[in-house]
Amino acid sequence: MKGMTIIVKTISSWVKVLIFLFGIYIILFGHLTPGGGFAGGVILASSYVLLMLAFGREFAEKTLSVPFASKLDCVGALLFAAVALCGLLYGAAGFFWNFIHQKYLMGTDYEFNLVSAGTIPLSNIAIGLKVGASLFLVILTLSMCCKDFKPGSTENEKE
Amino acid sequence: MLYALCFLLFTIGLYCAVTKKNMVKIVIGIMVMEYAVNLFLIMLGYRMGGVAPIIGRSDLESGLGGFVSKSVDPLPQALVLTAIVISLGSLALMISICVRTYEKYGTFDITQIRRLKG
Amino acid sequence: MSVPLPVFVAIPLVTAFLLPVFAKRGKAVATVLANLATISLLVLAIGSIGQSRVYEVGRWSIPLGINLVLDGLSSLLLLAISVVSSAAMFFSIRYMEQYTARAKYLSLFLLMVAGMNGVVLSGDIFNLFVFLEIASLASYALVGFGCGHEELEASFKYMVLGSIGSIFILFAVALVYGNTGSLNMAYISEAIQSNGLNPGLTFALGLFIVGFGLKAALVPFHAWLPDAHPSAPAPISAMLSGILIKTLGVYALARVVFNIFGISLATGWLLLTFGIVGMLVGAFMAFGQWDLKRLLAYSSISQVGYVMLGIGLGGLIIAKDGNLAWASLAILGGLFHLLNHAVYKSLLFLTSGSIQMSTGTRQLREMGGLAEKLPVTRAACTVASAAIAGIPPFSGFWSKLILVIASVQAGYYWVAAIIVFVSLCTLIMYLKVQRYVFLGELPENLQEITENRGSMLVAMVSLACLCVLMGLLLTPGLRASIFAPAVKVLVDGVSYSANVIGM
Repeated sequence: MKGMTIIVKTISSWVKVLIFLFGIYIILFGHLTPGGGFAGGVILASSYVLLMLAFGREFAEKTLSVPFASKLDCVGALLFAAVALCGLLYGAAGFFWNFIHQKYLMGTDYEFNLVSAGTIPLSNIAIGLKVGASLFLVILTLSMCCKDFKPGSTENEKE
Repeated sequence: MLYALCFLLFTIGLYCAVTKKNMVKIVIGIMVMEYAVNLFLIMLGYRMGGVAPIIGRSDLESGLGGFVSKSVDPLPQALVLTAIVISLGSLALMISICVRTYEKYGTFDITQIRRLKG
Repeated sequence: MSVPLPVFVAIPLVTAFLLPVFAKRGKAVATVLANLATISLLVLAIGSIGQSRVYEVGRWSIPLGINLVLDGLSSLLLLAISVVSSAAMFFSIRYMEQYTARAKYLSLFLLMVAGMNGVVLSGDIFNLFVFLEIASLASYALVGFGCGHEELEASFKYMVLGSIGSIFILFAVALVYGNTGSLNMAYISEAIQSNGLNPGLTFALGLFIVGFGLKAALVPFHAWLPDAHPSAPAPISAMLSGILIKTLGVYALARVVFNIFGISLATGWLLLTFGIVGMLVGAFMAFGQWDLKRLLAYSSISQVGYVMLGIGLGGLIIAKDGNLAWASLAILGGLFHLLNHAVYKSLLFLTSGSIQMSTGTRQLREMGGLAEKLPVTRAACTVASAAIAGIPPFSGFWSKLILVIASVQAGYYWVAAIIVFVSLCTLIMYLKVQRYVFLGELPENLQEITENRGSMLVAMVSLACLCVLMGLLLTPGLRASIFAPAVKVLVDGVSYSANVIGM
């Protein structure tokens, strides 16, 4: 997949950093403003998709390779599961319990700040990581299938 | 009244998914059906003249009763977020199968992709 | 033992995301981990037979939060899921060496198991929808796993029809939320009992029946099953036919119709009709099949018809205020047949996978005389065929007998006649399988095949032993601990809500 002209390449190399930063903002403030893990993750993935459209697929694959993105995906999911299972340390009825808020920080006047609401920002970060990596992998893999095809040729790449 | 329009959109999507012969058009029909159901789900929670369900510090200090009587229902919004994520995953899987089928058969027409019969 | 309920969903989910880390180098480690996950689920499921608990996730109490409910019906299905999935996972150690991307296969398999466990344990109707979608998406990907011509066509057909079913279910959930204001099954049931059914809720019930009927392959909606089940790899066919259509379809339908909406005369007749039509259509279409797995797939449609007939007959008797003993007997027959069919249909699909791996073909006309070459496969297949056809000492006979007795006692003699007739048809179709595959003469190109060794044999032999021993499940001690709570949940119907809120 080829890239685009020099104007597009220059502008997109500045803009993609801003998009990435905006995605991180949406994830981190997910407990205060609309957005959260999924929406922020989609924005993170779209910054890499912009990179792929402007510079060509091989360049995007060099910056974030497929095995690394796959591992990031798994790390995100395992982080989410770890946050949920940590509640089990506080008794058998504690799966997904917001233990940071309910046990340690309840009653102190810390609401509506960035660092508040217990385990919710941690879950948001995990989900944002996972969704960003997954969507990027999906679009990368779909664009790989656009090679020159011959009808009836069987290829060796299993999905 | 608006619910009837939503149902009309749903039946348009169903008609498209059932009668079209191109695989991509069938996928688009299914996506239109999904959008119609998500729209229906959000419209269930609407309240005339309501505000967005985000609590600010002033709402918390003045008691939550006034906020609850003014805001729209936030539960369908959470349900629709989940449903959108699920339909995204399903769409990705359907499109990748369409791409793979095109590479093998050379056509998107489902009347020609009929090796399994009987 | 009393494990917290989310463990049933958390173990396969965490293992599924741990596995792709071992992608290329550690295939053996990945396989061992996956098998450990399914075997531990089996142990936990056996440990929670007959218990009933409610678990509130996140310590949010019920109308605000989501709860997980384990009652008799859920524990019966957990047992079925874990038995079949551990056997299929063990079988796929050796069988999946024909395919690549082993770690992805194992992750998808475990995601499917996690989704099914979630469907069975969920106490909240939107949570049931989410887990149903997880299991369905994993199964769409697994059906097309081989990426050959037929697998892709079958997977696309399955995916389109399955997605339409899921969207119907979501629409019905939206209608139920709009009319009752709650998503928790116990609270919805209470609201429906106090306010009655308005047109919106009746439409939602119709949409639920169509949506779950698409997942369960009831007869007008069965068009995806004869293409999807043969094209999948053999352990996945076993999982799909053995438990997926029953968990996502029959269990969810029974839960919604019996416990939430309450069984009425119209729905009882509807379920009974679906059951009878499914039995007849599946049996007749299976006669003309020359592809082994396609014949087994049509036979699955027929046997799911038996289960729906048992449950529908029980519901009809309850709706007519008949004798509750006969209703319990009919539902017991249906649920026992569900458990039986899970075991012997998955055994049949595993043996067909073993035959395919040895001979390389699925067509009955190209096989013959395999009795000397594949002795263990032949023994397992014969045991499973005898069980499914209803020959006396095996388990299939007892479940069909219970269904016949229940329908005769309730006065529906024509239903009993249809059950006996379809059993005869099933016997004929499996005699055809036996004659063409194992008896007759060996074609020349199959002279040098050998029996498959290793994990495939262990899985098939253990399921065959279960087939023989499951007739013993009707002894009063085991029946009271395993089946009686499940039957009681369905017969009690809408007092499910009082039980859950009271716990």
